[in-house]
Amino acid sequence: MKRNFKYITGVLLVISLIAFVRCQSSNQGGALGGDVAQKVYVAPGEHDEFYALVSGGFSGQLAVYGLPSGRLFRVVPVFSVDAEKAYGFNEETKPMLNTSHGFIPWDDAHHPDISQTNGELDGRWVFINGNNTPRIARISLSTFETEEIIELPNSAGNHSSSFVTENTEYVVAGTRFSVPVPQQDISIEEYKGKFKGAMSFIKVDQETGHMDLSFQIMMPGFNYDLAHPGRGKSHGWMFFSTYNTEEANSLLEVNASQNDKDFIAAINWKKAEELIAAGEFTTMPSEYAHNIYDESTHTATSTIKKEVRVIDPSKHPGLVYFLPTPKSPHGCDVDPTGEYIIGSGKLAAALTAHSFTNMLDAIKNEKFDGEAYGIPILNYDDIVAGVVQQAGLGPLHTEFDGKGNAYTTFFISSEVVKWKLGTWEVLDRQPTYYSVGHLMIPGGNSRKPFGKYVLAMNKITKDRYLPTGPELTQSAQLYDISGEKMELLLDFPTVGEPHYAAGIPADLIKPRQTKIYKLEDNQHPFVARSEKETKVVREGNEVHIYMTTIRSHFAPDNIEGIKVGDKVYFHVTNLEQDYDVPHGISMIGAQTSELLIMPGQTETFIWEPKKVGVWPFYCTDFCSALHQEMQGYVRVSPKGSNVPLKWTLDGE
Amino acid sequence: MKRILNTLFLLLMGTLVICACSSGSETQGGEVTTTATSHPKGQASVEDDVSDKNILQVAAGSDIHTTLVAAVQAAEIEHVLVNAGPLTVFAPVNDAFDALPVGTVENLLKPENKADLAVILTRHAAPGSFDEEGLRREARKGRKIYMATGDYLEVKVEGDEIWVAGAKVIGTIQTSNGIINVVDKVILPSN
Repeated sequence: MKRNFKYITGVLLVISLIAFVRCQSSNQGGALGGDVAQKVYVAPGEHDEFYALVSGGFSGQLAVYGLPSGRLFRVVPVFSVDAEKAYGFNEETKPMLNTSHGFIPWDDAHHPDISQTNGELDGRWVFINGNNTPRIARISLSTFETEEIIELPNSAGNHSSSFVTENTEYVVAGTRFSVPVPQQDISIEEYKGKFKGAMSFIKVDQETGHMDLSFQIMMPGFNYDLAHPGRGKSHGWMFFSTYNTEEANSLLEVNASQNDKDFIAAINWKKAEELIAAGEFTTMPSEYAHNIYDESTHTATSTIKKEVRVIDPSKHPGLVYFLPTPKSPHGCDVDPTGEYIIGSGKLAAALTAHSFTNMLDAIKNEKFDGEAYGIPILNYDDIVAGVVQQAGLGPLHTEFDGKGNAYTTFFISSEVVKWKLGTWEVLDRQPTYYSVGHLMIPGGNSRKPFGKYVLAMNKITKDRYLPTGPELTQSAQLYDISGEKMELLLDFPTVGEPHYAAGIPADLIKPRQTKIYKLEDNQHPFVARSEKETKVVREGNEVHIYMTTIRSHFAPDNIEGIKVGDKVYFHVTNLEQDYDVPHGISMIGAQTSELLIMPGQTETFIWEPKKVGVWPFYCTDFCSALHQEMQGYVRVSPKGSNVPLKWTLDGE
Repeated sequence: MKRILNTLFLLLMGTLVICACSSGSETQGGEVTTTATSHPKGQASVEDDVSDKNILQVAAGSDIHTTLVAAVQAAEIEHVLVNAGPLTVFAPVNDAFDALPVGTVENLLKPENKADLAVILTRHAAPGSFDEEGLRREARKGRKIYMATGDYLEVKVEGDEIWVAGAKVIGTIQTSNGIINVVDKVILPSN
C-alpha cells in the first residue's frame, strides 16, 4: 500500500512538473508565446497606439498602418495614379502629377518624414520624395490626402530626401545622381568636373504648409544617398552621406567602391540663408512644376516655375565641410541630442560616429586634410567620436530610442543590432526575415523618440508567408524595445516595397482629423450645392452635367440629348454632410476610373460616348440600404440628331 | 487518512500549476468581453461633433419629442436611427402620445413589452428620403410609402397641409442621415 502511495505521488509530481514546464515554455516561446500575441493584440473596436506611415517604394504611395497591430488602414496615393480613389484620374487631381516632362503617372516613393516643431513631431504634415522624376510631396495628416507636389530642377534620382529641419523651416532634398547642370548634350565620359549634385532647400510656410524651392547648393558630382538634419546643438546644419566620390560613370558596383573613405557632407544652412539674404547667389533659368491642391475648390492647379537660386559652395568658405566616412555610407543619422552623426558604410566592417563638437573644433582650428572642389575635408581622426566594431555586415540605417541606445539595420547579415551611444558597445542583436533595409522608431528622427517599438522593413521574405507565385510580399517586423533585449512581436505583409517609415503617437493625429467638407465652403466652379442647382449645360460639343448625390439617388438620374462625339463632363457633388458617407459613380465605357466623392466634395470625370444607345451609370461605393437602387441612364443619340437636352429626376 | 490528504494536496498543487498557467488567456478573454460591451448602442455610441446631426441627435435635442426619445431608448432601437439609411422618420410629438388612451404609453414602456414598442415605433420609419417635396410627389403620383414594418402608408395633400396615414405633418427637418417629418398623431395599425 505504501508503495502504491509513493507511486501515485511520483506520478502526480511528474504531471505537475510537465504542467509547469509547458507553462514555462509557453511564456518564453518568442513570437509563438501567448504574452507576445497579447502585446500586439488590439481588441475589436480599440485603437492602435501609433500610426506607422510606410512608403510603398516602387508603388509610389504611402501606406498607413497601426502599431502594434500591423493593421493596414489606408493607402494614400502620392506619386502614382490610384483608380480606387480616382487620384490622377479625375479632372481635379490630374494636375498633381504634372511635371516639366508632362503628366507622369508613377514614381518611386522613398523617405516619409513628419513635420516638427522645436525638434518634436507635431502631426501636421508628412513629406515624401519621389526618386525617379524628382519631386517632393506634402500630405496632410488631417485629410490623409496629397496636398502639394513640387518638382526639383537640376536633380536626378531624388534620394537623399525629404528630411525636415527642427521647426520644419525646410524640407531638404539631395540628388542621388549627379547630372550636367544645366542639362546639355555632352559625352557621358565628361562626367568628372562637369556633372553636379544639387542639394535643394524647400521653404515651408508654417500656416499653409506650402512649399517653395528657396535655393540649391551646387555640390561636386558625387552620389548623395541619405541625409538628416542637425538638432539641438547642431540645429542649422544638414548632413548628407555621399558615395561615388570616385566620380565613376560606369560599373559603379566596382568603380564607386575604390576609395577607402567617402564623405558625409555637412552643410551650414543658416550660413546659406545669410548668403541668400546678402544676394550671394546666381539665378539660374530652370523649369519645374509646382502643384497645389486647394481644399475649398477641391481642385489642384499646376504652375511651371522658371528659375532657381543657386549657391556655389567653392566660393563661400564656411558653407560646406566634408567628413571622411568609411566605404560608401548609406545612412547618415543624427542622435536626439544632435551630438553624434552616424555613418553606416555599406561596405565597412564598422559603424562610424562623428562628433559635432569635434567637427566644430576642427573647423575652428582649420585642421583640414585637403579639399575637394574647393570644399575643405576635415581630418577623420579629429572628428570621429567612436566606432562600433564588428557590429554586423552591411550597415544601413540607425534610429534612436531616446534612452542612449541606437538601433542599426544590417542588410547582409539580416539583423537589427542594438548598441550604446558613447561606449559604442553592442548590447543585443536580433535576426530579421530577411535582408532588412530601413528601420523606424516613432519619432526616431527627432529630439524626442518614443522608444517602445522598432519596425524593421525587409526586402525579401522567401518562405515567410503563403507563396503567391514569383512575386512575394515584402514585410515589416515589429520588435519590442522597451526591455534590455529586443523581442520580435510580429511580422506583417506590406504594400509595395516598405522602403522607409515615419511613426507618430496616434494621439497627435486623431484630434486633427477632417471628417467632412462643409458644403457651404465648397468653391468648386461646377458645384451644385442642392438638387435645385443641378442642370445640364451644352457648350458646342462639350456637355457639363452638374449632378448631386444623396442617399440614395443621383440628381438628375435621366439625361437625354447627348450625342456621339460629345465630351461629357460629370461634375458630381456629394450633398451628404455625414462622416464616412462617400458616394461613387462610374459610367459604362468611360475611359477613366470611378469617382469616390467625400461628403461636401465635388469631383469630375469625362465620358466621350462612342456608341448610340441608352447607357447606365451607378454608385460604386456601398452607401446605404438602397445603394443598389442608386443608378441612372444617359441616352446617346447619333451625331447631328435633334433630340433636345433634357434632364429629370423621378420624371420631373 | 494521511495518505488521502497527501494525495489531495498533490492534486491541489497540480491544479494550481495548471491554473497559473492558463490565467493569461483568461485575462485576455476578460478584455474582449469588456470591449464588446463598451458599444452597447452600436453606431449610436459614435462621437461626432462635426457632421450634421443625425435623426436620433435631432430628436434628442427636441423638447416636443421627449416621449418618443424615451420610447426609442426603452425599445433599444437607437442604432436604427443613426444608420446610414436612407431613412425617413415620422416623429409624433409628446401631445400625440398623451392623446393615446390612458396608461398606453406607461404600459408600452414596461420591459416585457419591449418588442411591441419596437414594432410601433418602427412603423414610423420608412427606408428612403421623403422631405416635404418628396411627400407631395408621392401624393401626386398616387404612391404609398413603404414602412420598415411592411405597412404601406397613404399620403394626402390638402392645400398646404400634408397628411400621412391620418397624421398631419407639422414640420420637416433635414438631418445627416435622412428626414424627420414631425407629426401630430401616433400612427397605429389600421386594423
